[in-house]
Amino acid sequence: MEDLGEIVGEFLMESHENLDQIDRDLVSLEQEPDSRDLISRIFRAIHTIKGTSGFLAFSRLEKLAHAGESLLSRLRDGVQPVSPETITVLLLCIDGVRSILASIEENGSEAEVDIESVIVKIQAQMNAPSDSAPAAAPAPAAEAEAPVSVEQETPAAARPVAEPVTDQRQPLGQILVDAGAAQPSDVASALQQQIEGDERKLGTILLEEGKAQPAAVSEALQSQSPKRSIADSAIRVDVDLLDTLMNMVGELVLARNQLVRGVMETGDSGLVRSAQRLGMITSELQEGIMKTRMQPIEHIWSKLPRVIRDLSNSLGKQVALVMEGKETELDRSLLEAVKDPLTHLVRNAVDHGIEDPEQRIASGKGPEGTLTLRAYHEGGHVAVEVADDGAGLNVERIAQKAVENGLLRPEQIPNMDRRDIMAMVFQPGFSTASKVTNVSGRGVGMDVVKTNIENIGGAVSVDSTPGEGTVWRLTIPLTLAIIQALTVDCGDQRYVVPQVAVLELVFIDGNTTKVEYASGAPVYRLRGKLLPLVRLDRALGLEVGGDQGVYIMVLQADGRRFGLVVDRVLNTEEVVVKALNTRFKDIGLYAGATILGDGKVGLILDVSSLARRSHLAVDSERENVAEKRGQGGGGTERLLVTAVGERRVAIPLDTVTRLEEFPRDRIEHAGSREVVQYRGQILPLVRLSHLLGAYGEELEGDTVSVVVYSEGGKSVALVVDRIVDIAENSTTARRDAEEDGLVGTAVIQQRVTELLDVRRAILAADPNFYSDSMDEMMVEV
Amino acid sequence: MASRQFATFEVDGQLFGVEVHTVQEVLSYNEYTPVPLAPPAVGGLFNLRGQVIAAVDLRVQLGLARQALQGPVMNVILRGDGEPVSLLVDKIGEVVDLDDDTFEPPPDTLSGPTRELVVGTFKLDGRLMLALDVNQAVDTYRATH
Repeated sequence: MEDLGEIVGEFLMESHENLDQIDRDLVSLEQEPDSRDLISRIFRAIHTIKGTSGFLAFSRLEKLAHAGESLLSRLRDGVQPVSPETITVLLLCIDGVRSILASIEENGSEAEVDIESVIVKIQAQMNAPSDSAPAAAPAPAAEAEAPVSVEQETPAAARPVAEPVTDQRQPLGQILVDAGAAQPSDVASALQQQIEGDERKLGTILLEEGKAQPAAVSEALQSQSPKRSIADSAIRVDVDLLDTLMNMVGELVLARNQLVRGVMETGDSGLVRSAQRLGMITSELQEGIMKTRMQPIEHIWSKLPRVIRDLSNSLGKQVALVMEGKETELDRSLLEAVKDPLTHLVRNAVDHGIEDPEQRIASGKGPEGTLTLRAYHEGGHVAVEVADDGAGLNVERIAQKAVENGLLRPEQIPNMDRRDIMAMVFQPGFSTASKVTNVSGRGVGMDVVKTNIENIGGAVSVDSTPGEGTVWRLTIPLTLAIIQALTVDCGDQRYVVPQVAVLELVFIDGNTTKVEYASGAPVYRLRGKLLPLVRLDRALGLEVGGDQGVYIMVLQADGRRFGLVVDRVLNTEEVVVKALNTRFKDIGLYAGATILGDGKVGLILDVSSLARRSHLAVDSERENVAEKRGQGGGGTERLLVTAVGERRVAIPLDTVTRLEEFPRDRIEHAGSREVVQYRGQILPLVRLSHLLGAYGEELEGDTVSVVVYSEGGKSVALVVDRIVDIAENSTTARRDAEEDGLVGTAVIQQRVTELLDVRRAILAADPNFYSDSMDEMMVEV
Repeated sequence: MASRQFATFEVDGQLFGVEVHTVQEVLSYNEYTPVPLAPPAVGGLFNLRGQVIAAVDLRVQLGLARQALQGPVMNVILRGDGEPVSLLVDKIGEVVDLDDDTFEPPPDTLSGPTRELVVGTFKLDGRLMLALDVNQAVDTYRATH
């Protein structure tokens, strides 16, 4: 019984593959109804399933396959023409076979599955009057017997395992003609004889009729056979085994690296040669193992023709499918992960992208839309595109919808790039479809597509030209297991940064290139624009180092650009990604771990969560609050720019009551606070230099400059070193600061200027300033 | 009489034990990669034949100061739940066969972090062995006082 189980298992696996092929062939057959090759191939595949199911005593499966085979034999023999209806019925039959197989797989029985309704449909199709063969319509049963006997004439072809092999063989006639050993016309007439019922093999016919030499025929037969042996030499391998091998090769690479290093030190030339040879063999082995995990993308595309056919038929659309680059290879596990997102994109393109035939004609296109699947390599990645020639995305509508859903503010729209607006469709719950169909339009999906692709380290984007179509583009790493990465030093540890996120590297020498600070928030001017910096040591909670002789890695993640400050950039290398223990998932900063060249474990940084953790997220709400605090209405904001130590701090001018200079000796102390008498009041002072932690040199003047702020009969004074200027600032250039006491930084008059959080400063001077709204303040702070 | 095998080890002079079947292997290793921002009980990561293993500092779990992690440190590698995890200990002891009747619940006087990690006490000749709750011992998110 054990053995039987195994046989059934193999039968199931093989049949599933055959069924996928049949699906594809049937869809192609619909396009070229005259292709005898296709019909024969489908016929053989069904016949194999029928034969094996009979052998394994799955009688219902056999019955269904038999019915399908009968219909096919009529197509093959030209008794009945290939029509879309026949294709539909045959596809139904294949689906029936699939559900029986699924049932066998699940509970070992085929009894539950309904096949009768399908068989009735098949018979109806066979009995249907057909123009090309009105006379010859013998009873289906009799017809069904015929193909079996035909197949039995060639015993080799009837054996299930050998079936697919025949596909790959070049036909004998072809070989003979190519070799000049037979005339094309003779071969054609011999083939005709076979079709008409001659049971002899092609070579036999040619020989017996003296149309070819025995030697030539036997040579041709031999040249046929090597192809067979290639197919026979393919075996199925458990993916787990490959993974294990992969890991072991990874280990071998490490051991080799260590050995080579050791051997180099000994300087023994014989040993060095052996070590180099070992190195080469190891690299080749690694490459070989990698290759075993690669599969052409065709693997997941193969189901799509059927999906498109069914969908376009049900929607009344006409869609031609073009596949380019189906041989492009991807790591197996990635293929699995890409499958669903890709199917979703294809369904979406058929449903929403490609228009109805009438609409297409109205807009001057052909009634048939084209859906193009394209896969190609691009710089260590594989790009997969789903392109349609439909109406394109309606950018205005997306923008409008995004505003309605609160994803964008109306004033953001005019400044946005078209592509950025289009990218809103990847937001959860976003749908612009005016009607919800059972296919798509419910607003679920695109965000899932994005999440799934990003989970495997890929990216998704969309571009569209109105009236010309839409291109969805997935960028996928070649393999999950190995990534191209930069190793960097930070503190005394080595970290790994995936290279896909790295845009450029900048060395900070402290002179021509330097880090500037906006109240402790480091920034760098990258070609005139402020690049927010994240110090890796700070982000990791390590001891913070200096700013000279360090590197900035300009990184891009989640559409945000920032600079990561590290001590040293070492080199780029391919690293094998190891999953990190689940207990570290919560930290979020690490995408995984790897074994470095020296055998130590290195942590792979998760660039996007690094960006998030460092509060680089565009927190629009906070920005809004800041704006409301800073100014009453819209328009540009007038700022009082002051100098505090070496920094420039801007204070919204409309919060300023007066600018004053006090003699230094008028400052008195009340408790731990500094105060000054001012217009009969006690005015609390706060030194911005202390508040913001700018411990520059205190100016040794006789007076201090203060900015007085009053509200509700109370006043406080903010002490600055110097009043610099009054400037206008548009809010677009600012970004959020990472420190308390500030609401952000901006470039004002070509200098990095910090925007003071006035409320915060006032509270520092007088904690009871807003005593009426104390509760609110507590919540906010 | 039922008896169980325990792998024993010492931390801060106290003998601890875990059931032998929970242990994958015992080895000494000297290079650990620290994991910044990880819970304090995480001693670091190391490479066990190509597999990345997290080492949990049992000292921290017991409320003591961290292991210095300079020079070789003994690891008791537990099979864990699908992924092996290592316990950093001071010293490896013997594998002992213990009868169930030498077992007693932890003494009432035992308190603090150790109490939460221990399922009971085995009375050995001349000393006591505390049986660790393996899941608790490797739970680095357990509140450590």
